[in-house]
Amino acid sequence: MLSTFWQVWITVITLGSIIGCGILIMYTSRGQRKEETDQTTGHDYDGIQELDNPLPRWWVFMFWGTIVFGFGYLGAYGYGNFKGFLTVEVDGEQVTWTSHNQWKAEVQAFEREIEPLFNEWAATPIPELIGNDAAMQTGHRLFKSNCSVCHGTAAQGAKGFPNLADNDWLWGGSPERIVETIAKGRQGIMPSQLPMLGEEGIADMTNYVRSLSGLPHEADAAERAAPKFQQFCMACHGADGKGNQWLGAPNLTDETWLYGGSSREIAFTLRHGRHGVMPNFSEIWDTLTEQKIHVVSAYVYSLSNEPEVTSAQ
Amino acid sequence: MSTAFDHPEYNYKVVRQFAIMTVVWGIVGMAVGVLIAAQLAWPALNFDTPWLSFGRLRPLHTNAVIFAFGGSALFATSYYIVQRTCRTRLFSDTLASFTFWGWQLVIVLAAITLPLGMTSAKEYAELEWPIDILVAVVWVAYLVNFLGTIAIRKESHIYVANWFFAAMIIMIAILYVVNNAAMPVTFTKSYSAYAGTVDAMIQWWWGHNAVGFFLTAGFLGIMYYFVPKQAGRPVYSYRLSIVHFWALISIYVWAGGHHLHYSALPDWAQTAGMVMSLILLAPSWGGMINGMMTLSGAWHKLRNDPILRFLVVSLSFYGMSTFEGPMMSIKTVNALSHNTDWTIGHVHSGALGWVAMVSIGALYHLIPIMFGRKAGDMYSISLINVHFWLSTIGTVLYIAALWVNGIMQGLMWRAVNDDGTLTYSFVESVEASHGGYVVRTIGGLLFLIGMFIMAYNVYMTVKAANKEAGAAAPAQA
Repeated sequence: MLSTFWQVWITVITLGSIIGCGILIMYTSRGQRKEETDQTTGHDYDGIQELDNPLPRWWVFMFWGTIVFGFGYLGAYGYGNFKGFLTVEVDGEQVTWTSHNQWKAEVQAFEREIEPLFNEWAATPIPELIGNDAAMQTGHRLFKSNCSVCHGTAAQGAKGFPNLADNDWLWGGSPERIVETIAKGRQGIMPSQLPMLGEEGIADMTNYVRSLSGLPHEADAAERAAPKFQQFCMACHGADGKGNQWLGAPNLTDETWLYGGSSREIAFTLRHGRHGVMPNFSEIWDTLTEQKIHVVSAYVYSLSNEPEVTSAQ
Repeated sequence: MSTAFDHPEYNYKVVRQFAIMTVVWGIVGMAVGVLIAAQLAWPALNFDTPWLSFGRLRPLHTNAVIFAFGGSALFATSYYIVQRTCRTRLFSDTLASFTFWGWQLVIVLAAITLPLGMTSAKEYAELEWPIDILVAVVWVAYLVNFLGTIAIRKESHIYVANWFFAAMIIMIAILYVVNNAAMPVTFTKSYSAYAGTVDAMIQWWWGHNAVGFFLTAGFLGIMYYFVPKQAGRPVYSYRLSIVHFWALISIYVWAGGHHLHYSALPDWAQTAGMVMSLILLAPSWGGMINGMMTLSGAWHKLRNDPILRFLVVSLSFYGMSTFEGPMMSIKTVNALSHNTDWTIGHVHSGALGWVAMVSIGALYHLIPIMFGRKAGDMYSISLINVHFWLSTIGTVLYIAALWVNGIMQGLMWRAVNDDGTLTYSFVESVEASHGGYVVRTIGGLLFLIGMFIMAYNVYMTVKAANKEAGAAAPAQA
């Protein structure tokens, strides 16, 4: 809301400028000739003379036309606290035009149009939906516009961002767990082990971690670290190092590495810790509705699973 | 340079200096433009060098063509016109000389600092604060000198061209100082005095009036002198001059808001920018009509006078881009055109078609006079004709390519599938633009080649004039 002063201020100078143009046209055309002649104003500047011709009539009409259009436009779109007469439909009601309302109206109109399609897909269980090519194409497009920035266009992942196509899951690969991950987000926290292990302990533990997946390592060092693993790491990663999908703790015995499996990367992870964030898509991104999350989850699920054919079809 | 050609009464030295530098800076600025246009088509052309990267050379290009080329053209022609139409020498030769050397220093500093990445990050106002202060000082000297000359005029009235120049100089002084207000942090870094949306609004108040006053009002001043001079006809309508002048300068200052449609700027301010832009159509066209109709009765001269062709075609481009501008500022059209190449095409139909071509026409008239020859008596008239066709075809190729690209981009970005997802990713629209970028580079290159031909023609004209002066001198002795 503008204060009264500013409302009056903008109204007066806006109308003043526009009306001023009108007065200028009327004032200057007073006493002008009826038609074009060879009469000059009598001035001569370095040999340049000026004809005393009338304002071209079509041009004056055009000028008035734009002034009238201008008033119409101000009336339609409003000005300051004055609400224009243009309306748009938001939440089923006619409301005054604002650029924000226009955006909401356009989004809602579109959502209404695509709702039946998504309703149908949302009612289909994910293991079955992945057999629906149209739904999977839509899922892929949703994935590209919402997920590919971190996970890549082919869901191949990147350092710190899991590969979603390898059937290896940090937080679980069931349809329910995928939906939960997308809708609510995840926080994967690996704390720094430096206070517990010390520099030498980190070097030893690096060797132990590498031994879990059969990578080259120093056996002595790994042996020294083994009891410490049971002391500091097993709570999350499990006694056998196979991880825990309820905590998002990675399996350390396979060949998949979120942050890299080299000695250097493992030592870095142990020394500094890691913090992976999957955003909460149902809140931060209000165009990704529950139904769309269902479809994009199905797409992610389809990357590692074959469709189930139900007897009903 | 010889002073043998000086008019006994007028200061032609400063006009001559600025006229020559207009050609030089035109080549420099447009060459950088061609390079960055080529980089958009073939990105490897930045040679992985920071100071050749698009982000640094683009402001160098805009500053060089607007302020170095356009600015020198304005100084040259306004100093010439104000003396001729006021029948008096410039108010101060010292100030004139100061504006020349000061302006050249600004340009050289810009050419050094911008590729080094020193920028205040405001479009068309990238120069850092010490250079801004220099610009302001030089500009105020120009203001004093120009208005001072009008004050001591021997003509009872003030000619229309001088109204436009005076309005341009005064408004640019105000806009430049207000928009560049900043808090210095170091000698080469400062932060804007304004924050957020207010900063954006002030920036586009300046940005659009750099177009409105510097590139429109100033060049209308050029048009109002050189078109009637070259055509040998009286100006079509004095009344039209009055209406379109006052309407243009009072409405133009409003139009900047249309750069911020659908942004955080309050809706009413966007609407004001749009309405005023539309009302600006008739005042803009007033200048075109007055120039075009001045030729009535002299249309046949277009057949064999390429200088007049430059002037008339520049008015056609002026009319076209001042129609296009108001249309693009309508909210619904802007929703499609904003952030696309259409905007860049629109700017260049004004910058190449109008600003550059009217300046080139004026220079071909003016330069021979500066070297003691008759108006328009260049070394080669047929080379002017070649230059004319290169410029015209270059401009048409440039703007047509970016119309196609711009509208295509706008449509691709808003295209959605039946399921509500976007049909195209951004990079697909970049890929699709490649052809247009190549054509635009060719158009710009043609325009640049024309400038080289002009430089050759000017060089030969000066050389011939010097020889004539050398031959004439002993005879007088």
